[in-house]
Amino acid sequence: MELLLSSFDILARWDVLLALLAGSVGGVLIGAIPGVGPAVAIAILLPATFSMDPIVGLTVLLGIYGSSMYGGSIPAILINTPGTAVNALTTYDGYPMTTRGEARRALSLAYSSSFFGGIFSVVCLILFAPVLAKIAPMFGSREIFLAALLGLLLVVVAHRGQALIAAALACFGIFLNTVGLEPVKYSKRFTFDQSFLSGGVDLIVVVLGLFALSQAFFLLQGEDEKVRMTKLRGGMFQGFRELVRHPRVAGISGTFGVLMGMIPGVGEFTAQFLSYTYAQRTSKRPQDFGHGSSEGLIAAETANNAVPAAAMVPLLALGIPGEALTAMMLSVFYVHNVVPGPQLFQNQMDFVVALYLALLVLNVLVLIFLLFATNHLIKVVKIPNRFLGVCILVLSFVGVYSLRNSVTDCLIAACFGIFGFVLKRLSLPAVPIILGMVLGGIMEVKLRAGMARVKTPFDFIDRPVAMILFLMILGVLFIHFRHLWLERKKTKEAKWSTKHASTNFGMHLLRRKDYLLKERGRKVREKHLKYNPRSTDKR
Amino acid sequence: MSDPKPSTFKGPLRGQLLFAIVFLVAALLLLSQLGEETKWAKRTKFFAQPRFWPAVSIGGMVLFGGLHLWKLPRRKFVTADYAEWKIWFLGIEWVVWFLVYVLLVPIFGYLPVTLLFMPLMSWRMGYRDKQMLWISAAFGAAVVILFKSLLDVKIPGGMVYEYLPGSLRSFFILNF
Repeated sequence: MELLLSSFDILARWDVLLALLAGSVGGVLIGAIPGVGPAVAIAILLPATFSMDPIVGLTVLLGIYGSSMYGGSIPAILINTPGTAVNALTTYDGYPMTTRGEARRALSLAYSSSFFGGIFSVVCLILFAPVLAKIAPMFGSREIFLAALLGLLLVVVAHRGQALIAAALACFGIFLNTVGLEPVKYSKRFTFDQSFLSGGVDLIVVVLGLFALSQAFFLLQGEDEKVRMTKLRGGMFQGFRELVRHPRVAGISGTFGVLMGMIPGVGEFTAQFLSYTYAQRTSKRPQDFGHGSSEGLIAAETANNAVPAAAMVPLLALGIPGEALTAMMLSVFYVHNVVPGPQLFQNQMDFVVALYLALLVLNVLVLIFLLFATNHLIKVVKIPNRFLGVCILVLSFVGVYSLRNSVTDCLIAACFGIFGFVLKRLSLPAVPIILGMVLGGIMEVKLRAGMARVKTPFDFIDRPVAMILFLMILGVLFIHFRHLWLERKKTKEAKWSTKHASTNFGMHLLRRKDYLLKERGRKVREKHLKYNPRSTDKR
Repeated sequence: MSDPKPSTFKGPLRGQLLFAIVFLVAALLLLSQLGEETKWAKRTKFFAQPRFWPAVSIGGMVLFGGLHLWKLPRRKFVTADYAEWKIWFLGIEWVVWFLVYVLLVPIFGYLPVTLLFMPLMSWRMGYRDKQMLWISAAFGAAVVILFKSLLDVKIPGGMVYEYLPGSLRSFFILNF
């Protein structure tokens, strides 16, 4: 109780409340505009938050992170275009409802599920905070190194079908982090005797290039889409009544969201996939999924909104960000000399709980805002893409230039912008680069510290948590390679099953090549030709 | 070089080959510079060597980049690739716009350049009606006021502000 009171004390400031309001409303708006997304907004706002108190800056960013998915469901349901990437599954059941004339029911259901997911995860995490505070100190240098490695590995293998290039890009991120002066020996690494590289490659510059500028270039190079809006009819509160009828789906989806959010590198997509599959398998009407099923919508929206609060756990307890957005938030901590990790959980528990309470308040604010402002809010969906591109370009300037007033930074960001643009065109992921940069730095420091007290390789994993993490790494690798093997088998089967007869005949001839070319074979063919002469032969 | 084959690769095939080749070549060039650009410290453990992490990361880039290139479903340039390269090349225009904007702000000031840049860029993008141009100018003004005047973000005043009279000069330098 005392902890809660001191946490409220941290939040009871006008600037924190203003940050909450700005974050929640801004996040919904950003989420509702397809083509912007929370990553772009957070990247642009990062430098602006450096001059604020950590709690104020983090509240704004957390607000955008937590509320963008509420907004993202609006275009997903109304125009079949997800506002943020994680709302893709919402289109499966949301848009068919709109085509049936039930747009308001779908929106109301999405809001209430998101609200439930958000509140459920925050309550879970506040209840588990004391347990987490006990577990976090068990993480020493070796454990944090292994957890970071596990996170990086999970991010790579999560990109099914693109795991190789995701791994290469993660290595590129680690390389970017090594550029500049080495922190212990102070020797130059890949500076090519250029003064601007001595200080290293700034994470914010890379983030702004890869997420904000690349998105601007992508939108500017694309076409404007014509949007046809549906008029909303009916009440906004019916979703709550419907949600109450499916407590099992909502509860399980929320749990998946919390669990997957806590594991670095996993996040919303896996949580949604697991809860959607679970909801479909246990439903009395599985055939409705993908055709406007309320259970499907509940599963997707509850799971994705339960993730943001849970994703803060590895960041706050271990200092390990699990995905790009929390990696960006880590820089806010560093700027203010607040080092997230076991010490933060032990010494500043009120700060951690205050962040969770801020998320709780945020969810309430967003819901109230959406219940009354949806009719006006849907107009932002109509903003033309190319105009959005111009706006993002101007906003990106604020982000990059305000860091150090450096034209070189802007040039580097523009180069990363073009690189990110190419990645976007090729549908390749940029997230592994950012996580490689952040986790690479953590891994370098922790491995050096961890290996100092290790005599044999086994000593590295002789503590229980280290052993568990090591086994998890092996498990992830095993599952990934097994999946690859099964996929390969399936592809091979598909290749053989679609083969033409002529190919088989060719193969047949190839196998008998030696026989056919031998003396005996020639004789046999000559003999057969007697009975079956060629039409071109002289008679 | 082979024809497209059944694969689990996700994403469009156009442009992938050139990207994979450039990535691998860049990684190999970095690898060739590893000895020059990093040092091997004496009396230092293997894992604490300044060269250790650059070697691991570049080694990973070469290994995984090479495997990615090898495993690509199509390893032959086709017409769609050339069209894709053209789009990448045309993207440089936006970089030029951005850099010109960056270079002009310290000279002519944040507010005037943004007020000019937004409508100009909107015009370039094909929004020719007056309403859109006004909206873009208003957006530019709103961005400047929000970030520079209210949030006090560090963007220096323009050099032309020096020619403004007395108090107006400091007002403009501080707020716009």
